[in-house]
Amino acid sequence: MIPTSTALSQTPSSPAPLPGAPVLEVEDLSVEFRTPKGVVRAVNGISYEVNPGETVAILGESGSGKSVSVQAVMGILDSPPGFVTGGRVLFEGRDLLGASAEEQRAVRGPGISMIFQDALSSLNPVFTVGHQIAEMFRAHQGTSRKEAKEAAIELLDRVRIPAARERVNAYPHQFSGGMRQRVMIAMALALNPKVLIADEPTTALDVTVQAQIMELLKDLQRDTGMGLLLITHDLGVVNEVADRVLVMYAGNVVETGTVDEVFSDPSHPYTEGLMASVPAVEDKGKRLQPIVGTPPDLSRIPPGCSFHPRCPRRVLEGAPPGKNCQDDIPLLLPVGTAGRASACHYRKEVLRARSAGTPA
Amino acid sequence: MGRYVARRLLLTIPVLIGASFLIFAMVYALPGDPIRALAGDRPLSPAVQAALRDEYNLDDPLWLQYAKYVWGLLQLDFGTDFSGREVWDIIERRLPVTAKLALAAVIFEALIGLAAGILAGIRRGSFFDNLVLVTTTLIVSIPVFVLGFVAQYLFGLRIPIFPTSGIRDGWYSYLLPGLVLASLSLAYVARLTRTSLAENLRQDYVRTARAKGLKPSVVIGKHTLRNSLIPVVTFIGADIGALMGGAIVTETIFNIPGLGRAVYDAVLRQEGAVVVGIVTLFVFFYIFFNLVVDILYALLDPRIRYD
Ligand SMILES: Nc1ncnc2c1ncn2[C@@H]1O[C@H](COP(=O)(O)OP(=O)(O)OP(=O)(O)O)[C@@H](O)[C@H]1O
Ligand code: SF4
Ligand SMILES: [Mg+2]
Repeated sequence: MIPTSTALSQTPSSPAPLPGAPVLEVEDLSVEFRTPKGVVRAVNGISYEVNPGETVAILGESGSGKSVSVQAVMGILDSPPGFVTGGRVLFEGRDLLGASAEEQRAVRGPGISMIFQDALSSLNPVFTVGHQIAEMFRAHQGTSRKEAKEAAIELLDRVRIPAARERVNAYPHQFSGGMRQRVMIAMALALNPKVLIADEPTTALDVTVQAQIMELLKDLQRDTGMGLLLITHDLGVVNEVADRVLVMYAGNVVETGTVDEVFSDPSHPYTEGLMASVPAVEDKGKRLQPIVGTPPDLSRIPPGCSFHPRCPRRVLEGAPPGKNCQDDIPLLLPVGTAGRASACHYRKEVLRARSAGTPA
Repeated sequence: MGRYVARRLLLTIPVLIGASFLIFAMVYALPGDPIRALAGDRPLSPAVQAALRDEYNLDDPLWLQYAKYVWGLLQLDFGTDFSGREVWDIIERRLPVTAKLALAAVIFEALIGLAAGILAGIRRGSFFDNLVLVTTTLIVSIPVFVLGFVAQYLFGLRIPIFPTSGIRDGWYSYLLPGLVLASLSLAYVARLTRTSLAENLRQDYVRTARAKGLKPSVVIGKHTLRNSLIPVVTFIGADIGALMGGAIVTETIFNIPGLGRAVYDAVLRQEGAVVVGIVTLFVFFYIFFNLVVDILYALLDPRIRYD
């Protein structure tokens, strides 16, 4: 395996990554924002892993902590007010949160890379796109100006921007939305990262362009074997491109498993609600059922199961010991086939009810 | 771009004409009789008075006086003061003095203002940030002439490290008046830089720069500062013109023989030609530096295009 960065490979204690081991592991990660109005607990102990070549999707309502959780992984949290209050982020087996700022920086770019929702505001308006891409080579590899520019042109070509040699000197505002996102992708992929984090990469684009960008990402992933951590609201995209899915609610992972299983047989009432709230082709004509209520205020997360105020399946009275939805916190525990998990006291019942074809 | 600049330069002509007329009218409207002021206590004979009034067109109506003045201007004749000196000579002799003073002020404004603003903007809420906030508020709320006298007293008399009057010490004599002249703008630059930097630090592209694994010095020094400085640079540029005009008070306090001092003296003596000539020159500089700023703006921000 090629070392991703000098800082990491020079450290003798750094364990050699095992073949087949996850490239990125997040363990019990917690993030809070200390604001004048109180502490916002945006991420509350989430764990997941991304394997080489795998696509993991993060789903969840607005404000559920998706962006914050990946910003913490990336080490680009706005701090203050944001603080990582616990957990580990292992990149190729090595904890990034405990590493020095220097070592963390060496991973950003060659190890883990990120693209954002709004490419126009995420690119610097006063530098040419070529300059911004070339900067990756110059900063991390000390490449000469000329070589870095050639490499930038190659990358623009690779993300299928026509006339790359001329466009390399253009500024971000001179590109269309889709082309700008391609520039972002080119920049993120410049140093062949092992993991690409894409935070709603297509939300700002129109539908046909969305499909093109997703296709490009998939193609590039196939070529490079990188792991892809994809945040999106689009269940269709998840269904099409993702291998596994994490469903987040109020800063927690409430359900995880392969996309096929989770989508066809949710084991958490929130996931059920999510599935019922989007139109599926086979359900044409059926009424959509949005989840009632609003997401909780993250500075006052409800006790017990954070979803209980909105959960149609909650049990508040006469619950078996340790399973009262408003008192007892449900842990993310295995359910169904291996690798699946759900944070619901009644996950088995939910799964069975669905399998029996009797949706609640 | 070339056409834009040409158009802007052409536009300065009507502005200069309008400005000079306004100034001319104001001097005309000043109470008192310039000839009597000139004569002081010694009475002049009516014949001499009449000759002087005739020479300086003082008995013509305003519009005719102005027309004669502009007619002179078109032949590059700026007129003379009452002692017969060419206004153009006065300008030639005094412009370098005012230019040096303005330059000293701009350097202070840029160096101290930027440094204070950047440090405050990076460490918002820190002791230094609050210090800058209090100091700049103080400077902005105190009139320049008060500040000038206080500085003169403190650093010229109590702790005599700077000359208090004149320009006999070369560049050294420009330091204190330059600082006083710069004070207000310096406070603005510090505040503007701080706000602009703080605002840009929140931008998405700064987050991108961090996600690229760039050094903090590059994230701030290159990706944030370059954008933050656009409004600051334009402010400083436009301010050069304003500083030259603002020199009237400072030059008077520190007794510096520049254009500002000349205007002050000329106003007291009601020497229309001198006042109009110099103030119109101030207006020209103001317009000119604004044009420079607009061009600079397009160079700094690729999103701006003039065509
Ligand atoms: N800089 C900040 N200061 C205070 N609170 C913040 C800050 N950034 C995020 N938060 C809080 O963290 C919570 C999670 O935000 P996050 O951006 O991760 O949501 P998200 O799941 O990505 O939502 P969306 O789908 O809208 O992008 C939000 O409730 C938000 O209020
Ligand atoms: S634990 Fe209770 S409230 Fe929470 S999702 Fe399960 S049934 Fe609903
Ligand atoms: Mg988000």
